[in-house]
Amino acid sequence: MTLRRVVLTVVVVGILVALGGYALMWRPAIAPVATSAKAHVDRKAIDHGAELASIGNCADCHTSANGAAYAGGRPIPTPFGTIYASNLTPDGETGIGSWSEEAFKRAMRDGVDREGRQLYPAFPYDHFTHATDADIHAIYAFLMSKPAVRNAVPANDLASPFSFRPIVAGWKLLFLHRDALEPDSTKSAEWNRGRYLVEGLGHCGSCHTPRNALGGEKRDRAYAGGVVEGWNAPPLNASLVTTHKWTVDQLAEYLSTGWHRLHGAAAGPMADVAKNLGRASQDDVRAIATYIASLSPGAEGAKALVPAGGKVLTDQPADVVAIYNGACAKCHNDRHDVGPSQAISLSYSTAVQQPQSANAVRVVMHGIESYRTDGGPYMPAFAGILTDAQIASVVQYVRARYTDQPQWTDVKSQIAKARQEGVQP
Amino acid sequence: MNLHLKPSRRDILKGTGALVVAFSLTPPSEAFALAQGEAAAAKPVVLDQVDTFLAIDDKGMVTLYSGKVDLGTGIRIGLQQILAEELDVPLANVNTIEGDTALTPDQGPTYGSLSIQVGGMQIRQAAATARSALLDQAAQRLGAAKEDLAVADGVVTAKSGGGRIAYAELIGGKTFMLKVDPAAPAKSPADYKIVGKPIARRDIPEKLTGKFTYVQDFRVPGMLHGSVVRPPTIGATLQSIDESSVKDIPGIVRVIRDGNFLAVVTETEWAAVRAAREIKTSWSKSETLPDQAKLWEHVRSTKIVKDDVTSNIGDSAAAMAAGGKIVKATYDFAIHTHGSIGPSCAVAEFKDGKLTCWSASQATHNLRKQLAMMMKMPDEDVRCIYIDGAGCYGRNGHEDAAADATLLAKIMEKPVRVQWSRADEHGWDPKGPPTLIDLRANIDASGNVTAWESEFFIPQGAAGMVDLVAATLSDRPVVGKLAPGGIANDSAIGYKFPNIKTVCHRLETTPFRPSWIRTPGRMQNTFANESFFDEIAAALNADPLELRVRYTDPADKRGLEVLDRLAKVAKWEKRASPRKDIKGDVVQGRGVSYVKYELVRTYVGLVADVDVDRTSGDVRVRRVYVVHDCGQIINPNGVRSQIEGSVIQTVSRTLKEEVMFDRGMITSLDWASYPILRFSELPELVIELIDRPTEKPWGAGEPTAALVSSAISNAIFDATGARVRSVPFKPEKVKAALRST
Amino acid sequence: MKVSLHVNGKSQEIDVADPSTPLLYVLRDNLGLHGPRFGCGLGQCGSCMVHVDGHATFSCVLPVTAVGDRKVTTLEGLMEGGKPSKLQQAFIDEEAAQCGYCISGMVMQAQALLNKTPNPTDDEIRRHMEPNLCRCGTHAAIMRAIKRAAVA
Repeated sequence: MTLRRVVLTVVVVGILVALGGYALMWRPAIAPVATSAKAHVDRKAIDHGAELASIGNCADCHTSANGAAYAGGRPIPTPFGTIYASNLTPDGETGIGSWSEEAFKRAMRDGVDREGRQLYPAFPYDHFTHATDADIHAIYAFLMSKPAVRNAVPANDLASPFSFRPIVAGWKLLFLHRDALEPDSTKSAEWNRGRYLVEGLGHCGSCHTPRNALGGEKRDRAYAGGVVEGWNAPPLNASLVTTHKWTVDQLAEYLSTGWHRLHGAAAGPMADVAKNLGRASQDDVRAIATYIASLSPGAEGAKALVPAGGKVLTDQPADVVAIYNGACAKCHNDRHDVGPSQAISLSYSTAVQQPQSANAVRVVMHGIESYRTDGGPYMPAFAGILTDAQIASVVQYVRARYTDQPQWTDVKSQIAKARQEGVQP
Repeated sequence: MNLHLKPSRRDILKGTGALVVAFSLTPPSEAFALAQGEAAAAKPVVLDQVDTFLAIDDKGMVTLYSGKVDLGTGIRIGLQQILAEELDVPLANVNTIEGDTALTPDQGPTYGSLSIQVGGMQIRQAAATARSALLDQAAQRLGAAKEDLAVADGVVTAKSGGGRIAYAELIGGKTFMLKVDPAAPAKSPADYKIVGKPIARRDIPEKLTGKFTYVQDFRVPGMLHGSVVRPPTIGATLQSIDESSVKDIPGIVRVIRDGNFLAVVTETEWAAVRAAREIKTSWSKSETLPDQAKLWEHVRSTKIVKDDVTSNIGDSAAAMAAGGKIVKATYDFAIHTHGSIGPSCAVAEFKDGKLTCWSASQATHNLRKQLAMMMKMPDEDVRCIYIDGAGCYGRNGHEDAAADATLLAKIMEKPVRVQWSRADEHGWDPKGPPTLIDLRANIDASGNVTAWESEFFIPQGAAGMVDLVAATLSDRPVVGKLAPGGIANDSAIGYKFPNIKTVCHRLETTPFRPSWIRTPGRMQNTFANESFFDEIAAALNADPLELRVRYTDPADKRGLEVLDRLAKVAKWEKRASPRKDIKGDVVQGRGVSYVKYELVRTYVGLVADVDVDRTSGDVRVRRVYVVHDCGQIINPNGVRSQIEGSVIQTVSRTLKEEVMFDRGMITSLDWASYPILRFSELPELVIELIDRPTEKPWGAGEPTAALVSSAISNAIFDATGARVRSVPFKPEKVKAALRST
Repeated sequence: MKVSLHVNGKSQEIDVADPSTPLLYVLRDNLGLHGPRFGCGLGQCGSCMVHVDGHATFSCVLPVTAVGDRKVTTLEGLMEGGKPSKLQQAFIDEEAAQCGYCISGMVMQAQALLNKTPNPTDDEIRRHMEPNLCRCGTHAAIMRAIKRAAVA
């Protein structure tokens, strides 16, 4: 087969997939409804919807920095360009105020907006498609009860051909699996509830599952880890790397408070997830923890703990030891006690144990500031305090002292990337 | 000899005897005789002497000796204004020596919003006595009649025939040897030129340019640094210390142990921080605290040692039983910490067997007694000197840091500075105790409140001396009594119900050493009273502000005026709570609260506008209106800043704060675990001051704070119909209240 | 050991026993500066803030040996010709201090904002000042002071 025939075949297949997909995925517009027609006073539905939205972490993507809640406008970077999250407040013109519940349900299930246009899968409807009618009803009631905010979200910034929405139909054909989640009768009710939430509204796989070149999740490597805005979303499955296996209790505490004394703090994008889960039903959080813990049943298990004070290193330059003693050791102690700012001993830290330095570098540079208002783990942002070279040496010092793992080789490039990413929320 | 005309702050702080010596070398004059013998060498500090409070040197510079100290509240300038006004000297000529047990009187601790009200009036009367005596002397010297004399800027002139003589000539450096005359005429407020004016504080420019010396900046030559190492749990005993764990820290001098008191002494402050953090120790296990999740059951079942009946009007038991509608509720208020932004710090030095201790204690005379007791020394051999620290808002860790420094200075035989860490301050300063309150009221068929009963579960004790941690840990003498402050105050109410009984059940114990935090007891008690009053208003479908007017004594014109002005400034709409049109996710409401502080003094009315997010339980205070009548205002800037501080600090306490603990120890040891209000949560403030120069000046540091929690709770009810009866109003609690409504 | 520091426009050689000593203690104890203060030592409260190459920084978690040749400015270094700067004067004029312990950090943090954004909105000021704690409740006066310096 000549190269020309190969290319022609790929192009023809691609067009057929796109056309077929479009044919299968095309949806008509749904008539707009007057915003005032929806007088949602069902408090129970609204309250339940609020808790489900906490699990869905909707506010995180659909709120811009310094913007009103759910009013959209936040840029979501993807490998294909930047997508701007839409305004979910009930504003008639710039939000979803004119959307009926049918239109909302269709968006959640099929990834199509009220007017019938394809929605980009940055909106994880490949997960939300599993949500029940009752749950979608509650979330709709909750969103409609929010104050309407007028905010016209910027147009997406996608390169050709990705800006041509109908090709999403092709993507859906390949990656939108709407097979129902059948309950597993061999597992507990709690496990099944957890699975429903994790695979559905929780959309954990959107971050924690690696994606292929077309941006679809690799189903055969579910929960093997992913990268989000520079941060590693660690594996949750058997390739789990940590000093301690996560038990259900530990996960439940971590997910709802953003911290566990044997693992560390939820930082970066996970911080908002944890803060939202803190407001969800705690029974549901426990169910999520039950399911997630089951994903790594026979994991290699805890790496042997390096002793509490770390290893005794004799070959470290004095200046990096001085930085560690003067900056880090104020909070990170060597007695396995919880230190100030809820700092843990670094021999426990998941970030320090990972194969890449991405999370350790970002935590040092950006700090942990998400829990400031209501209290929780905290770390100063050292990007403005130490130089890049100093950050690199400290990060490598910590790796050498508190793990038995090989030294990271990506530290300098991660620091450069993190500088470009700017301050985390 | 050379007088230090304007003693440098350094000299004052070091307590060098210059000022004291000066007096004894002054030649006697006819009118102002010096006392004989040793008494002359000591400056008097007894409350009935003019010389206790003020001195005028031969250049006309006036020294004010104040037992009340400026904790950041601005009373320093206020007291100077009172003195300068009463004496008719230029304000710029007045300097203050504060809180020095050798030089300043024991006017009581600086607490209770009494610095101006009591301390200032003692100074005013001393100054009035002095002025009268000086005029008598001037009359003689000028050959004029006293009534013919006028004073301006420290110079006396005879209105007819001229003739002038300055205070400096009249007394210059000599002593008055006069008892304070309670009948000496004070100036008429109509003649005030200084009191009532917004005169700028002098310390603020220094604080803004790095020139100010806080106690944390104070140094003594030859001084060492100390950091304490406290037990990991309360009551744990020290079992072993591995001194080799700190031997390589540059600057380590010694590890000091005395019983369970453990400290490291070093040459530099950083070495002390490192050594305290790195020293390896082992302690016994100790669990002495109740389960925090069951705190209120614990409080309710704590043994009661006595009942204080703080009001008993009519026969409330009969009235409650006489039929009608009963309203009842239980309120609670969490354990709070002072949260001083600058942890406590003190310096101690022994010289010739005598102790000098510099600290930011608000009660140096009490501290002196406690240190003397702890070290088994006579009081006379101990001198405590006040240097400004960070705001303490009550009895925080300052006195304990002083005790730590004292112990170390004694052992080391060198001056020692102890700087508490953040964890020391959050973990070991005494706490505002938990308060539990039950309230009941009876409303008859005509909508009258016929009875009000309340029971407060609060620890025994009053304001006094809080035991020093260093003494307890090293098994040295302590006073041994609980001193939570005057926390029964404002358990009684000012409303004119026909039958009232308010009872404080004094509990034998409380978790943690209790002490007073801003508006102690009055805050918790007013929270319950003013929220419960609102519950009655709701039961009556009455406007809460109008109901307060209805039950205020009609003869209380000042109180009624505050309520009237409050209604106007807040544009209060007359209606019952909750509002009828509750809809949407984020709802708005407003609540009112009012008190005549301690039933006898400062009037405050407050309205709070809040937003409540009905799905998350988040509460946001958007705006607070305050109307404030404290009688004669000395400095309106000072009053205003105290009101702003009271509101913002108490919004923080109400919405966010509670000390967290496990069975052994406090776990909220820093700002990450004990969050306080930040800039993003700041409400807007609208403050209206009522100035009544012809009335007595009443305190302003605390009364406003008493109202904030109830106003917010009432506003949440107005917005949502849900009652939150438990401080702090964390989102989970608000959510739970919303769900149960 | 000897450390070379550039503080408030002057280069100095400081003798430091422990190379891990945070800059805060060197500024206070070796150089006798009263501006930066110890509030927590954990980077949580902002009382210790100074400028390092113009960036508002917690001096309590910056070891002195890591400063290098970066320029350090404290509250004292903001003075202009021995007089308070515009921002310092605005705080003085508004009497934006009660105990004043947090105020040096507030000024350093606020000055960093005004250097970048000479006329910030209220929201911008509040967000920027978020890391700084005040226990006395002087926030409202501090806002007034910053706004006063911004428009003047």
